[in-house]
Amino acid sequence: MAVMAESAVAQVKRSSMWTRAFESRNFLGAMFMVPAIAILILFLAYPLALGLWLGMTDTKIGGVGRYIGFGNFVSLAKDSVFWLSVFNTIFYTFAASIVKFAIGLYLALLLNERLPFKSMVRAIVLLPFVVPTVLSAIAFWWIYDSQFSIISWVLLKAGLITHYIDFLGDPWNARWSVVAANIWRGVPFVAITLLAGLQTISPSLYEAANLDGATNLQRFRHITLPMLSPIIAVVMTFSVLMTFTDFQLIYTITRGGPINATHLMATLSFQRAITGGNLGEGAAISNAMIPFLVAAILLSFFGLQRSRWQQGGRD
Amino acid sequence: MSSVQIRDVRKSFGNFEVLHGVSIPIEDGQFVVLVGPSGCGKSTLLRMLAGLENITSGTISIGDRVVNNVQPKERDIAMVFQNYALYPHMTVGENMGFSMKLRGESTDEINKRVKRAAEILALSPLLERYPRQLSGGQRQRVAMGRAIVRDPQVFLFDEPLSNLDAKLRVAMRTEIKELHQRLKTTTVYVTHDQIEAMTMADKIVVMHDGVVEQMGTPLELYDTPENQFVAGFIGSPSMNFLKGHVRVNGVATFEGPNGVKLPLKNAPAASDGRPVVYGVRPEHFTIADDGADAEIVVVEPTGSETQVFAKLGGEQVVAVFRERHQFNPGDKVKLKPDPSLVHLFDDATGKRL
Repeated sequence: MAVMAESAVAQVKRSSMWTRAFESRNFLGAMFMVPAIAILILFLAYPLALGLWLGMTDTKIGGVGRYIGFGNFVSLAKDSVFWLSVFNTIFYTFAASIVKFAIGLYLALLLNERLPFKSMVRAIVLLPFVVPTVLSAIAFWWIYDSQFSIISWVLLKAGLITHYIDFLGDPWNARWSVVAANIWRGVPFVAITLLAGLQTISPSLYEAANLDGATNLQRFRHITLPMLSPIIAVVMTFSVLMTFTDFQLIYTITRGGPINATHLMATLSFQRAITGGNLGEGAAISNAMIPFLVAAILLSFFGLQRSRWQQGGRD
Repeated sequence: MSSVQIRDVRKSFGNFEVLHGVSIPIEDGQFVVLVGPSGCGKSTLLRMLAGLENITSGTISIGDRVVNNVQPKERDIAMVFQNYALYPHMTVGENMGFSMKLRGESTDEINKRVKRAAEILALSPLLERYPRQLSGGQRQRVAMGRAIVRDPQVFLFDEPLSNLDAKLRVAMRTEIKELHQRLKTTTVYVTHDQIEAMTMADKIVVMHDGVVEQMGTPLELYDTPENQFVAGFIGSPSMNFLKGHVRVNGVATFEGPNGVKLPLKNAPAASDGRPVVYGVRPEHFTIADDGADAEIVVVEPTGSETQVFAKLGGEQVVAVFRERHQFNPGDKVKLKPDPSLVHLFDDATGKRL
């Protein structure tokens, strides 16, 4: 009897402990965060740490690596191909981002006006974003082909050139060609996001500016641009990050050629690590991208700090 | 300052005509209120005056100049929007000086004018703030300040008080009226609130379904509404309407629903048996022994006056008394309209008889 009563008391105690635990905000909060933390650790933190570690070893495919400290970085610092890929990446990112922003903003402004078949035009603008990257890259590969290029064919028929352009054979031609492909692919993201931003600007602001005597250009300069600047900061950060780490377009169109002229850090890393088998060196190249990405994020972090006019409340 | 002439103005959106020939003369320095239920076309008319909407036909002139094809910025008008339309990324001072900055005036001149407008509106301590940091009433004043700085020929207000709470609305109403008395700038003010119209206007224009129902001073509209719509729209609580017939039997009387008899001052011509609508304002009822039988339904005291809902000949009517009668629901009373203040309307056309 006594034993049974004791165990019943224990039962009650245990269940009440559970009940209490689940009623505690802190415990419940921690429980709800567990899945997110598990996913972050498993799929982000662990691979990142592994990559950082790999970059400090001389691991080859199939072998177990040795810790060699900054050995990979020292050898990369003397590697002209690595420095060429750094230059290519920076050039590719800046050239493509600037043009993407210009065209994207222009399209967004255009699509924000009253247009016939507006929704259809918007859908068409989104197309490059919807097509799988590799498919569009293959299409560009054909467009840039040295023998079958449609651009060369049209220009030749029009009498503007006398022989086919070697798009992917000449270093600078190749660089501009992949930049053009990246722009084509990236413009929709910029345009649609900026359009969403434009649509949040109240039309009565434009009417007020109109009555205040603003010309179209002044309305753009004094209303549209400042009101759009927070969105511009977000969009351009994303655009820069995505362009800096681009892999698919380059790998499909040029594989880094000719003579490494279009190798980005991402493609070079892949080539050294997977194709060449030097996992350690490849990881080191990937790790070398981190400072650039952190710099871009910090820049946007400070750029994104809400300006004073966006903050509510009283001071 | 200048006068404004609106002559036979029409507006269509596609095939749908929303304004059917509106003519409104506005004198120099007048405070005109366009009032009507939503969808009556009053805001559209104001936006046409501002140049934000095209004029389908007719003419609008400001001063001596027809402005149909004049750009908004060249019309020399200033508008206060319903949502204020303050530039969120500019301080109060920058908001107010923006139009002058666009005209390329010197910083000194801009600062001087902004400062003066800020003093008029008690905005001086707020000039460095951003719109987000202001309360609704302060934003409203900034929007007016932006208009004042421009020193325009005409002020346009598009339901400027509808986003404010009741107390602030009353305060701002007085402030706008005071401002007009001080600046004497021609003002066109749009609202759906007849109390705002009555309290602020020199001249009220009552609009309904794209036509002007009546214009006149507030008291003209209150005392002699030209039709049943205006009679019902102006005044709060609104006028009671009873359908019935005129009976001329020595003295003229009105025979309402269920045979209820109500007094008339004089019968309209050729009127025996004529179907009419009998209109009496709630404040024109008295309790009198020779009144008509009514049964109290609801009593709503507000302190200064008491609203009484009662059944008169089966129809619900409202009466307002300043005296403190002791009424309870279910009480029988005798209600008598003041015959000299009763309105009669034609049953078919709604026109005043």
